Amino acid sequence: MLLIDCPHCGPRDETEFHAGGEAHIARPEKAAELTDAQWADYLFMRSNTKGWFAERWVHAAGCRRWFNVERHTVTHEIRRTYPMAGAPTEPEEGP
Amino acid sequence: MQRFSAFALLAKSLGGHQGWSRQWRLATPKDAYDVVIVGGGGHGLATAYYLARNHGITNVAVLEKGWLGGGNVARNTTIVRSNYLWDESAALYEHSLKLWEDLSQDLNYNVMLSQRGVLNLAHSLQEVRDSRRRVYANQLNGVDAEWLDRGGVKVFCPLINTDESLRYPVLGATLQRRAGTARHDAVAWGFARAADSRGVDIVENCEVTGFDIQGGRVTGVQTTRGAIRAPKVAIVVAGHGSVMAERAGFRLPLESHPLQALVSEPIKPVLDCVVMSNAVHVYVSQSDKGELVIGAGIDSYNSYAQRGSLPVVTSQLGALIALFPMFSRLKMMRNWGGIVDVSPDASPIVGKTPIDGLYFNGGWGTGGFKATPGSGHIFAHTIAHEDPHPLAAPFNLDRFSTGALVDEHGAAAVAH
Repeated sequence: MLLIDCPHCGPRDETEFHAGGEAHIARPEKAAELTDAQWADYLFMRSNTKGWFAERWVHAAGCRRWFNVERHTVTHEIRRTYPMAGAPTEPEEGP
Repeated sequence: MQRFSAFALLAKSLGGHQGWSRQWRLATPKDAYDVVIVGGGGHGLATAYYLARNHGITNVAVLEKGWLGGGNVARNTTIVRSNYLWDESAALYEHSLKLWEDLSQDLNYNVMLSQRGVLNLAHSLQEVRDSRRRVYANQLNGVDAEWLDRGGVKVFCPLINTDESLRYPVLGATLQRRAGTARHDAVAWGFARAADSRGVDIVENCEVTGFDIQGGRVTGVQTTRGAIRAPKVAIVVAGHGSVMAERAGFRLPLESHPLQALVSEPIKPVLDCVVMSNAVHVYVSQSDKGELVIGAGIDSYNSYAQRGSLPVVTSQLGALIALFPMFSRLKMMRNWGGIVDVSPDASPIVGKTPIDGLYFNGGWGTGGFKATPGSGHIFAHTIAHEDPHPLAAPFNLDRFSTGALVDEHGAAAVAH
């Protein structure tokens, strides 16, 4: 059971949110110039990290805004939530 | 291998059942093998068995991080069926179901396959249309399938609440009579015993920590019990596919999620079939011990924790009680989670990887157990011939570049 600190509304129960998967996947600027493999990498391939993981959530039953969460995918600990425009934390040594 | 039979049982009973030998050897890893299989779950053990049985490749090691029967092979809800919509999936799962039907004889190990019938309920007009379409598709593909209307559901499974006043009333169901359940850990033990008897080394408590790759070709693996050389390495690790792929230096289109199940206190026999509902999302069967085995969907976020969250349990129990009001007083005894690797099209990835000699079998999502024998069978063929088995060919990794997806999301009788 997660307690998620929405950057706009404060801490709320996970049932108010929807998970949106891996964060910081930028749409390629010149999509038409990509090879099929590069497009597949953007569209389908995921880091699926075991450890600290930056992901998107939407506060569906609250302010309805998207934001980013850094959560550990083994312990489920959340160390940081930040608005969509924010930058991810630089990875540390080890998971 | 000590064969099981009525006579053996009688003979051993005279000695107080003290004379049974180990089901498989406690193998110490050798320096080199012809094939190393990473992951000793159901699919990995089945792969080893069929490599030995069908292709005569017996110099094989199965490396398991934990113990046999500790992962998803013993964490699922044991449902076996083949009523998938698309041709590629129906062929694969029907192949598997046919292997299931002879598996106990083949392995000389009772996997307790119980073909008690699986109902997939439809709760809306659109679901009725989709379900009937799937029945027709199944029949064209030689998979047994029937459509039951509301009255037919009530006759087949009188316990289901078919009251029209339900928020999501039961309008009908598809029925696959040859589908059912199997004893999940017997499947792991049976394949392990049969593979071991043909010379396969099953090495428990041995985690693969890296892959030796030279010039784009795999030459062996690094493990917590030392380096092992092998010209062919097969990754079969439900729940950790991406972790292994990263260690080998390629990317996969997988996300790992918890999938939960729970069992009730044991009660007398009340439910003699498997009931699944996609719309209200619960599935239930009764084990031979009398417990109700209850499952539903994945938790929505990525996780490697082997545990899920309570809102999912609350939702599936709400659905269960709507369909079976008499279950409302049952106490739940245990719940647990497994980690499933979900692919974008809800179909598995079986075949070659960008690295020569390295094979991958995973991404089975929430439905891998039913495929155990079929998966091992076609994967062993793929490894032995260095070319995909015809049934495995559509499930290659390249489909995410070519666009030839096998989109079973929502089509495969339950959401994945």
